[in-house]
Amino acid sequence: MLGLGADRLWADMNRLLAFLFHQGVLDEQFLQLQQLQDESSPNFVSEVVNIYFHESEKLLRNLRSLLMDRELLDYKKMGIHVNQLMGSSSSIGANRVRNVCVAFRAATDQNNRAGCLRALEMLEHEYCYLKNKLHELFQIEQERALAAGVRYPLQN
Amino acid sequence: MGMAADSRFHVLAVDDSLIDRKLIEKLLKTSSYQVTTVDSGSKALEFLGLRNNDQIDPSAPSVSPGNLQEVEVNLIITDYCMPGMTGYDLLKKIKESSSLKNIPVVIMSSENVPSRISRCLEEGAEEFFLKPVRLSDLNKLRPHLMKTKLKEQKPETTQEIPENPRVQQEENQIDVQQPTSQSQQDQKQQQPQLEQQQPQSPQAASNNKRKAIEQQGLPPETERTRPRYSDIATVV
Repeated sequence: MLGLGADRLWADMNRLLAFLFHQGVLDEQFLQLQQLQDESSPNFVSEVVNIYFHESEKLLRNLRSLLMDRELLDYKKMGIHVNQLMGSSSSIGANRVRNVCVAFRAATDQNNRAGCLRALEMLEHEYCYLKNKLHELFQIEQERALAAGVRYPLQN
Repeated sequence: MGMAADSRFHVLAVDDSLIDRKLIEKLLKTSSYQVTTVDSGSKALEFLGLRNNDQIDPSAPSVSPGNLQEVEVNLIITDYCMPGMTGYDLLKKIKESSSLKNIPVVIMSSENVPSRISRCLEEGAEEFFLKPVRLSDLNKLRPHLMKTKLKEQKPETTQEIPENPRVQQEENQIDVQQPTSQSQQDQKQQQPQLEQQQPQSPQAASNNKRKAIEQQGLPPETERTRPRYSDIATVV
């Protein structure tokens, strides 16, 4: 029964991953991350993703406060933050977030305030969605590891 | 074979992004390289022991106590877009330094800008990788690293080249005297390079440019297959 639990969770995980790939939320780069995870770094993916969350939220906060400026918008600074977010999103395979960054950067290049605001809204939305889904993924992974661990008790 | 006890190559990776540093570190370690990461060009130069007047800093981490000339970094891989000193600036400084110019340098960038790529290659970069960097990209590093090892050794024997398409996977068995090993490279540049690394000819630069641009989404050809050994002596 416990064995079935681990297998079922494995299937859940794969189904969620397939869904996220199909929706373009994640791309092949995420698979590359998973392939890099091994015995010497068993938590590699979640470590990298947690760094990504931490950095992205900082960048999003900065972007939000830059756009709230009633006076002159610092488009150049915004562009720098967007570039950073674009790069890190690309590095972990966060495809949809990265695509919104591309549009956002175009808006900063054009000094387009309304466009920047729209892009930031979309960015915050996509980021939230990604974060929720990845948390879901990690949770299933954790449960699966636990279930698999109980199924194969330590021999001694 | 006459090498140091730890015969792994030591790569210095430079990137201002923490995520990218973690990634490149893992990629390099997975490929069995020793890795040091720094977050800026200036820290890279500090590590390499370069002072303003181009003299080796004996207290620099990478300089071994016995020999001031020896720098224990076999390859530098750097991001292009960094605040302050860009990867290109770092590349220039390294190539202008008499002590460091022989260290192969690889540039990474998230943007595929042909003029940027050729500028880097013309300045002496060995390769230009588009981000995100893959494990398969790192296979292209080994020939450049083997070349620097060869500079420290005299070729004593030559040997029949075995029919093995995956030569670069066989660590420490075959030292290949080849400037680069892309299967699609023009075969003009086949002379063994034992001496100082010469500045890339325009021919080589355009070959490498082709490599980097082709890397963008043409799977099979960019994977190194059977290297051509027509005029190459193999030294073990």
